[in-house]
Amino acid sequence: FRCSASSLTPQLKDTLEKLVNSKKVVLFMKGTRDFPMCGFSNTVVQILKNLNVPFEDVNILENELLRQGLKEYSNWPTFPQLYIGGEFFGGCDITIEAFQSGELQEVVERAICS
Amino acid sequence: MVTKEQVEASLTSKLKPIHLEVIDISGGCGASFEVEVVSEQFEGKRLLERHRMVNAALEEEMKEIHALSIKKAQTPQQWKPSQDSATTTQTKDA
Repeated sequence: FRCSASSLTPQLKDTLEKLVNSKKVVLFMKGTRDFPMCGFSNTVVQILKNLNVPFEDVNILENELLRQGLKEYSNWPTFPQLYIGGEFFGGCDITIEAFQSGELQEVVERAICS
Repeated sequence: MVTKEQVEASLTSKLKPIHLEVIDISGGCGASFEVEVVSEQFEGKRLLERHRMVNAALEEEMKEIHALSIKKAQTPQQWKPSQDSATTTQTKDA
């Protein structure tokens, strides 16, 4: 369906806030960590596995409301979306670049040890 | 249907890039692009903010674009050094 009104209701915003803070690292993706449904989502899963990061994976394909609400909440139009320490970190390209530069590991370590 | 030309036009008018490359990587399955943008407007902005600027410039197109990969979002200074060094190396080799 198409709806021009905002899908980010106060209740949904509240839920998302709790969700992104429920774990130090939360990945909103297409599919699950074991069955990624998209190459971009798979790339981020592989990076997190490579760094041995414990993370929560949330399949946005199963919940259209969550999917639309998150786009507004993050001010980010696509998935995957990676949250670290309750804050939006980036999508696939940013995660790759930060992984290559070592920044991702630093940010994750800081979040997990805090 | 979003075309490569539309993506180029929107990025050009909003970000005034000194270098822009848009590659259609859809292979027929739907609008999917790779972009490289070099713009002075990225000055003093972190990577996340730069990507947000690119996404915002393509706000209309994003409704139809399936995948957008931002390969480069650099300032002219960041972009030039690698180009200069490449030229220098070539000159030395010659």
